[in-house]
Amino acid sequence: MELYLYIALFAPLVGSLFAGLFGASPKTLVTGVVNSSLLFASFVASSILLVHVLNGETVHVEMMTWMATGNLYIPFGFVVDQVSVTMMMVVTVVSTIVHIYSIGYMDHDKGFNRFFSYLSAFVFSMMVLVMSDNFAGLFIGWEGVGLCSWLLIGFWYHKETATWAANEAFIMNRIADLGMLIGIFLIYWNTGTLQYDKAFAIMPTLDMTTLIYIGIFLFVGAMGKSAQFPLHTWLADAMEGPTPVSALIHAATMVTAGVYLVVRANPLYHLVPEIGLFIASLGAFVAMFAASMALVNRDMKRIIAYSTLSQLGYMFAAAGLGAYWVALFHLMAHAFFKALLFLGAGNVMHAMNDELDPFKMGGLRKKMVGTFIMMTLASIALAGVFPLAGFFSKDTILEVGFVEHHYVIYTVLLLTAGLTAFYSFRLVALIFHGEERYKLFGFHPHEAYKFMLFAMSPLAILAVIAGSFKTTYFDMVTKLLPETEYHIHSHVVEWVMILGTQAFVIAAIWYAYKKYINFKGEDKEFEKRLCYKILINQYYIPYFYEEYISKPYKELSDILWRKVDLKIVDATVDLIAMTIYKTGENTRTMQNGNLSSMLRWMVAGIVILLSLAVAFGLAVRYSDEITSVLSGLGV
Amino acid sequence: MEIGLTHYLVLATILFSIGLIGVMRRKNLLMLFFATEILLNAVNIGFAAISHYYNDLTGQMFAFFIIAVAASEVAVGLGLLIVWHKRTGNINLDTMSSMRG
Repeated sequence: MELYLYIALFAPLVGSLFAGLFGASPKTLVTGVVNSSLLFASFVASSILLVHVLNGETVHVEMMTWMATGNLYIPFGFVVDQVSVTMMMVVTVVSTIVHIYSIGYMDHDKGFNRFFSYLSAFVFSMMVLVMSDNFAGLFIGWEGVGLCSWLLIGFWYHKETATWAANEAFIMNRIADLGMLIGIFLIYWNTGTLQYDKAFAIMPTLDMTTLIYIGIFLFVGAMGKSAQFPLHTWLADAMEGPTPVSALIHAATMVTAGVYLVVRANPLYHLVPEIGLFIASLGAFVAMFAASMALVNRDMKRIIAYSTLSQLGYMFAAAGLGAYWVALFHLMAHAFFKALLFLGAGNVMHAMNDELDPFKMGGLRKKMVGTFIMMTLASIALAGVFPLAGFFSKDTILEVGFVEHHYVIYTVLLLTAGLTAFYSFRLVALIFHGEERYKLFGFHPHEAYKFMLFAMSPLAILAVIAGSFKTTYFDMVTKLLPETEYHIHSHVVEWVMILGTQAFVIAAIWYAYKKYINFKGEDKEFEKRLCYKILINQYYIPYFYEEYISKPYKELSDILWRKVDLKIVDATVDLIAMTIYKTGENTRTMQNGNLSSMLRWMVAGIVILLSLAVAFGLAVRYSDEITSVLSGLGV
Repeated sequence: MEIGLTHYLVLATILFSIGLIGVMRRKNLLMLFFATEILLNAVNIGFAAISHYYNDLTGQMFAFFIIAVAASEVAVGLGLLIVWHKRTGNINLDTMSSMRG
């Protein structure tokens, strides 16, 4: 089994290095094919491991020692258990599909090879993140995915907005990573180990304050990576990257790392339920908050990004309430349909020459049948309509909220489900139905390559059937995670809830269709309203960050640069250099080649050395007297 | 008055100072060699005197070594001096600046 573990882990790395060899050369199809095959190998290895884990066994290897000094011992250890194998399957399935899809999507791009190198490097980092058996390895993967995310958001580095978005994402993550790092330090400090199993075994003996601090700091890291409020602005801006990147990194895998961390640290959060409640409340808030921003946005990819944010909120809500398996299940289901939605959006973008405004589209279903079907399926799954994947995962989260008696969270999440359905189908209606508005703008849409649609089809199938894995999945994952089934005791209440939610969601879908299917032009009256302005400006949070954080920071930096750096630091360094330079200038006359003057310098040197020798000799001889004199002076 | 260690050391110091001044002031290369010899012999006197004072032959042995080394050094130095004189026609120190940095 170790062999499969290593294949699953290192095949993407090999692919990345291979594609990296051709990084600077023009497009070579072979990199795309080789990398996709290696990813597929990784997927096959992960599947074999999944079967192994389903049989109730886990794999734990220690590849080599990484750090060993004193009491600190950190190995490169990897573990394949019920939780990490779920993540491995999600990562490898989505990334294999995205790799194949990218061969078509990046077809005309100059950086084709570079793209595959980064993409595979990302998958490798993600695998390290989910497979590591200790916090240090997790952190390496955590930073690795951050780096690859930066590289890929800024992939089109000639675009100012792309580099800006890449830096924003990186800096936001860095702020959060500091919290994460402090959390890891605290764990090491208090438990003396970073291995998950050992550290979690010691945690119940620690005092409450320490645990709360550890929980908070680790969650700060999770907030950054999973773009939770107030560190959420980077995710929408990250849509500047190529669409396959958005599908893989900013929807299916990397942004869920925060959820994975909370799930992985479940013994810790079990001990401090207060933080759990905070996580759940923040999750519910973000779910609603992000969904509301998606309602009015006019950028196809941003709408889907806000939707991702909102679904991450659902996952945190579930994880915070202690329903870790539900969070992980929603993570899995969400990865499938959200990646599908993004890849569909990529097809639409290709068809429309990278146009992102759905108001300029319309009626595309005639030209793009395959994409239309898949995006509709993904949207139904996202909205949570029976019997697609989203129904099973999201409905369970709602039930968790209800059963745990957190009715506020339940209500917020229920309302968000309606909003989700509305904005998803607003998008579908605007893109695929109604009049063919794109003709006005002179677009000539065409369907994507056949193999791209073919590559997407497994995701479409998974988006439909993922819900049926629920029982198997529950049996598997609860060997590791707390086993709580969330059943509403009264059957009547349960049926009312399910049917009510379904009716609500379907009503939202119907309303979205009704409102946007015969979309004529923008509603000027509506756009003047305050609520629209707040939502389209994302609650003025980016504006606030820009005005009250970025600008003062820039001004402060400017002052520090002019006053401190130039006048103090630079001046000091210059002074040292100038002193040495002047000394050299003045003493070079010593080296005038005149023997006579050299001899004089030699004599001077001897005199100095001799006097020093005499002085030190006297000092040593009379050291006692000197000490007594000095002590008399009170030194 | 018996002549003791102090006298020898004073003599050595005086000789050394004469040599040192010679090294610093003289511009004639030949005179410089003489001054160097005086320096070395001042040290030799010191060695011999202290060796006798302590009844330890090591110092006198050193003096012999120094004499031998000084002789060979002067031999090499004079050879170079003659070559230099043949080339340039003078042995003034101030004209020897071909090693200027």
